[in-house]
Amino acid sequence: MSTLEIKDLHVSIETEQGNKEILKGVSLTIKTGETHAIMGPNGSGKSTLASTIAGHPRYTVTSGTITLDGEDVLEMSVDERARAGLFLAMQYPVEVPGVSMTNFLRTAKTAIDGEAPKLRTWTKDVKTAMEALKIDAEFASRNVNEGFSGGEKKRVEILQLELFKPKFAILDETDSGLDVDALKVVSEGVNRAQEQNEMGTLLITHYTRILRYIKPDFVHVFVDGKIAEQGGAELADRLEEEGYDRFLNVPA
Amino acid sequence: MTDTATHVSGEKARIGAPSIAGFTEEGENLSPMNAAASPIGGDAVKAHSHGGGAGVPDSSRAGRLTSYKLEDFAPLTGREEDFRFTPLKRMGGLHKNALTGAAPVLVMTGAKAVALETVAMSDARVGSAGVPEDRISANAWNSAAEAKIVTIPAESIGEQVTLTYTGDSTEAAAAHLVVIAEENSESVVVIDHVGTAVLAQNIEFDVREGAKLTVISLQAWEDTAIHAASHLAKVRKDGHFKHIAVTYGGDLVRLTPSAHFAGEGGEVELFGLYFADAGQHLEHRLFVDHATPHCTSNVLYKGALQGKDAHTVWVGDVLIRKEAPGTNSYEANRNLVLTEGARADSVPNLEIETGLIDGAGHASTTGRFDDEHLFYLMSRGIDEKTARRLVVRGFLNEIVQQIRVPEIEERLNETIERELAATGN
Ligand SMILES: Nc1ncnc2c1ncn2[C@@H]1O[C@H](COP(=O)(O)OP(=O)(O)OP(=O)(O)O)[C@@H](O)[C@H]1O
Ligand SMILES: [Mg+2]
Repeated sequence: MSTLEIKDLHVSIETEQGNKEILKGVSLTIKTGETHAIMGPNGSGKSTLASTIAGHPRYTVTSGTITLDGEDVLEMSVDERARAGLFLAMQYPVEVPGVSMTNFLRTAKTAIDGEAPKLRTWTKDVKTAMEALKIDAEFASRNVNEGFSGGEKKRVEILQLELFKPKFAILDETDSGLDVDALKVVSEGVNRAQEQNEMGTLLITHYTRILRYIKPDFVHVFVDGKIAEQGGAELADRLEEEGYDRFLNVPA
Repeated sequence: MTDTATHVSGEKARIGAPSIAGFTEEGENLSPMNAAASPIGGDAVKAHSHGGGAGVPDSSRAGRLTSYKLEDFAPLTGREEDFRFTPLKRMGGLHKNALTGAAPVLVMTGAKAVALETVAMSDARVGSAGVPEDRISANAWNSAAEAKIVTIPAESIGEQVTLTYTGDSTEAAAAHLVVIAEENSESVVVIDHVGTAVLAQNIEFDVREGAKLTVISLQAWEDTAIHAASHLAKVRKDGHFKHIAVTYGGDLVRLTPSAHFAGEGGEVELFGLYFADAGQHLEHRLFVDHATPHCTSNVLYKGALQGKDAHTVWVGDVLIRKEAPGTNSYEANRNLVLTEGARADSVPNLEIETGLIDGAGHASTTGRFDDEHLFYLMSRGIDEKTARRLVVRGFLNEIVQQIRVPEIEERLNETIERELAATGN
């Protein structure tokens, strides 16, 4: 069993108006096999948390720690984090010119495993995973995310999740932009990965819809750079009914 | 991939008629220079040039001066339409001085039945496929002491020859080569440029009826070389001319491939790959002259740039004349800027004088390999070096795989690796 531990994390970004603190003391512990959902209003810092875990250079950690089984994640480069078993399905996956999906997937898999996958089984694995996610075979020869629709990009993120088999996956609004069928297909992909690899999941979402397919063990309410409340799956339903007013209107 | 100001709206702006609004808003037609009084424009100019119209004669390729005589071309100022990107100061005098230095030595290998001759410039075959289209080309024509002629015999199939120019002098020199692909021949001609030189060069390609000629021209010079080359092709009835320019060596390279259709049913493919490092100026200006009916042209140039003051220029002039109904033409230029401080100019310029074409389109994109691309790849476990290599190789591969000569493909891949390693990327 592995543990991803975030302790009192403070994160700033540089803006034209100077430094701006976005995360104001986030603490969260996820174990493999667990599913944590994070919900919270726009701009509260959910993607910032996700990107900081992945190591995006735009975010500066001013204090606090992130550790993976005791190892200092903040000391690792972006690629080292991925090789250590962290995976971020991005809210806005990036289009990479000139690189075919096939080539990309194989290169990444090789980097993560430390050895090239066996060609025959690999090709089969990719094909099977693509079929399960209802991704057309033709996508393999297209450039990474280039010209993919919003929903297609999200499916391809989950395709990578299934193929790379991380210990921890952070899904940043993977459900946004998915049609009803795609939501189901993608959720099944996440559940498969979780079962097969005993993966821990941090699921960022605005909607309870996806939580019907991916059952959270914990729900965290994220407000203004902090976790304002935690609970079980029932908290999500309550949020959907009541909104975030309760958290936003606390007198200063 | 972000598009720069040179982007032409609509990735595949395919059109079937000349009167699409906004079509000529970019490109050279709007250049204010060379006004009506231009000595170059004058009467030779057709009344109608697509988009340019009256008043900007020299901006139409139809009106551009061609001549064997150096005197016909006014001395260059650098403000001319076709030299506005070229740093004349770095041309080593190729545009103004007598070119009396020793030309690089030319050696042919791999020939079976192909002949290489050395003849006087007065030989009837010299000038059979082209007329100089700029001052440097005319200067080279006038200065060349002799011409080399390579003839691929009629009906021969499968010849693959390599012509290697090896230079070891920095004295300004001129060279002339004529490649004749006789009727129904099918061949590959590799023209390799190595060593160093200050060279103005004309290469004529006479693609005879039914001939299929593939040319791979490698500008693989050492860092100091200065090279201005005019490739002039005449593509006769049912001829097929495939030209691949590969440029990565030299301080300044200016290559102007020009393909002129001289019969129906011809096909021209112009491919190019360039990789510019810090300080290099690599310029490709191509021209496809659709002057006969039912011909096809396809142009794709891809360039990667890195390092301070790496500068590439790509200008693609495609002219579809009134005499060329049934034309199908597409041109695209794609650049990938890898670091700050590098600059890619890209100007597709399509002029259409007839409405009876099958299709014509152009595209130009300049993308930047930025931190977001890098982050995405690295977040999947790929280290930075590999990520860069993946992107650049992937980007250029589309051209590399057009070459289909394994030795050269391999050499190119090695070169790309070396270029990427050179700046510690
Ligand atoms: N470059 C920037 N300049 C100024 N503010 C920024 C910049 N980048 C991010 N922010 C701010 O940081 C805050 C947190 O953004 P973040 O993307 O983490 O929010 P989020 O919770 O993921 O929102 P959403 O639900 O809309 O995806 C926002 O208020 C955002 O405007
Ligand atoms: Mg977000």
